[in-house]
Amino acid sequence: MAVELMTDMSQTVAAHPAGTRRYRRATTEGPVAKGVLIAMALGFLALFLVLPLIAVFIEAFRKGAGEFLFALREPDTLAAIRLTLTVAAIAVPLNLVFGVAAAWAIAKFEFKGKAFLTTLIDLPFSVSPVISGLVYVLLFGAGSMLGPWLKSHGIEILFAVPGIVLATIFVTFPFVARELIPLMQDQGTGDEEAALSLGASGWQTFRFVTLPNIKWGLLYGVLLCNARAMGEFGAVSVVSGHIRGLTNTMPLHVEILYNEYNFVAAFAVSTLLAGLALVTLVLKSFLEYRYGDEIAAAAKH
Amino acid sequence: MDLSIKSARKEFDGFPALHDVSLDIRSGELIALLGPSGSGKTTLLRLIAGLERPTEGAVFFGEEDASSRSVQERNVGFVFQHYALFRHMTVADNIGFGLKVRPGSSRPPKEEIRRRASELLDLIQLSGLENRYPSQLSGGQRQRVALARALAIEPKVLLLDEPFGALDAQVRRELRRWLREIHDRTGHTTVFVTHDQEEALELADRVVVMSQGRIEQVGSADDVYDQPNSPFVYGFIGDSSVLPVQVENGQLWLQDRSIGITARNVADGAAKLYFRPHDIELLDGCGGCIAGTVAASRRVAGTRRVELEVGGARERVEIELPIEHTAGANGRIAFRPKRWKVFSEREQTASTPTTEDPRIGGFDERELMLATTL
Repeated sequence: MAVELMTDMSQTVAAHPAGTRRYRRATTEGPVAKGVLIAMALGFLALFLVLPLIAVFIEAFRKGAGEFLFALREPDTLAAIRLTLTVAAIAVPLNLVFGVAAAWAIAKFEFKGKAFLTTLIDLPFSVSPVISGLVYVLLFGAGSMLGPWLKSHGIEILFAVPGIVLATIFVTFPFVARELIPLMQDQGTGDEEAALSLGASGWQTFRFVTLPNIKWGLLYGVLLCNARAMGEFGAVSVVSGHIRGLTNTMPLHVEILYNEYNFVAAFAVSTLLAGLALVTLVLKSFLEYRYGDEIAAAAKH
Repeated sequence: MDLSIKSARKEFDGFPALHDVSLDIRSGELIALLGPSGSGKTTLLRLIAGLERPTEGAVFFGEEDASSRSVQERNVGFVFQHYALFRHMTVADNIGFGLKVRPGSSRPPKEEIRRRASELLDLIQLSGLENRYPSQLSGGQRQRVALARALAIEPKVLLLDEPFGALDAQVRRELRRWLREIHDRTGHTTVFVTHDQEEALELADRVVVMSQGRIEQVGSADDVYDQPNSPFVYGFIGDSSVLPVQVENGQLWLQDRSIGITARNVADGAAKLYFRPHDIELLDGCGGCIAGTVAASRRVAGTRRVELEVGGARERVEIELPIEHTAGANGRIAFRPKRWKVFSEREQTASTPTTEDPRIGGFDERELMLATTL
């Protein structure tokens, strides 16, 4: 920034030897305004993003690395990590399939109710996560029609892994679809028509043409979907029942530990979630940097 | 492979894009579908390819009704306007794609596909570029790869949608000549869509002029230029000037003055006189001619284009003058078209100078008239 400013000024001086009137680009600001704005932005970032992140790690290591590792090796914590990974491993692939199917249908075909379907896909973004969880309580709870019937057949939904998976799928399903819809709309149907006219079947067209065209956008969507699936708190909290070692995901486990004043353990688990966020961020930035033009909705998230 | 479109009609959500179009294309012909945007030319091409299905009517490939066949089964080579090359595949893979996706029994082995791709690369004069990606090619090169990819499947017909639309004028001219060569060498029945009349007239054996979902005229370049059968074709192909006139007993009148043109077989009443700006003769005096004052003058390459204001209504017509002509602003010029066509406003009857020998006959007749009026 400073270098840019210097070159600007040297050019100005060269153009006007008298130096009485200085020319500035129409869209740029004076050094003072620039400085203040940059300082404000940096200060805000430091206060609200960097400081809490550092605090998480400081708190986690307050009693040393040994205590940190001990907290992570605790059976309930390991169970929470395992459950979180399991849920993500089920929810993300399902949403990948759903997202591709929905985006494909919306971007490549004309049908009635398309606008409604597009709106519906955005629903989980606009509904409070608590409501998302509550929906499943109402649907499968003791007072509902489905719940007791399923229970009599030995299938537990609520306060068990299936409920958590369902709530997670609901909350994360827009990510892949939202990423792909603008991308696929932008690409149009030209390539597919070309493949079909060359004799490719529908599946070959999808496999050899459509999928390679969207792969980076798809990876980007999956990444965001995964981050949200592992970090989801609200919806999962409502349906999980908080049974230690059984239905506690990592975010829920952090809350329990914190409420028990077990700060080191709470923050130790938090560092794992924070680490996940950082890895996601790095990968996301890399994808945006490397394949920016193939990731349509990058600016929208 | 003969192609035949029989009374094809196509509607999109109730809006007609093609009205009852019939067209016969002979095997080995190079056909241009020419028309302004929205004339239905691309729809017709996609109908032949099977990318669209006609609402009514049929498409015949040879003797066989292909209407119910899918695009895969029709075996057509389609070159898209924006090439639609697969961006994640190399040039060689793009060209070989149509062979690679064939079902197991008829799929050639890998080396065979490779060999065929390099043969086609020779044909399109891009040997050595097989491992490039489409993004590393120029527009003209991409167009050629798209054509090679379409030729690789040994298509029955070759269909091209605005093949040179996105290229600059120089490359366009080169590729035009080159496409003609390829056509002559491979002998495919070829149909291409264009809005560029120069391209259509220069390249095609026959030109199909389309407007508003209908075929206006089908004919050779000479036919559509010299014998346009409708006001649209006259106005669309080549330069033309139009003058509203009155017909009385076969004589053309511009307000109260006779133009000195006799048009037989045209109903009395309002009509429009069409002529080419360069196909005129300048006259000295004016009894039985069109006279007007110069409103604007432009230099166009080797000639001068002059806009004249004619008659009391100040209708503007354009004519072409030699550079040496000295008519300045507000000067008066008298002329008469050497070749022309009159289209009655009331019905679509047209009259040309004379049917047997338009040029000489019409000319003589008017010479005679000129003599009498002088």
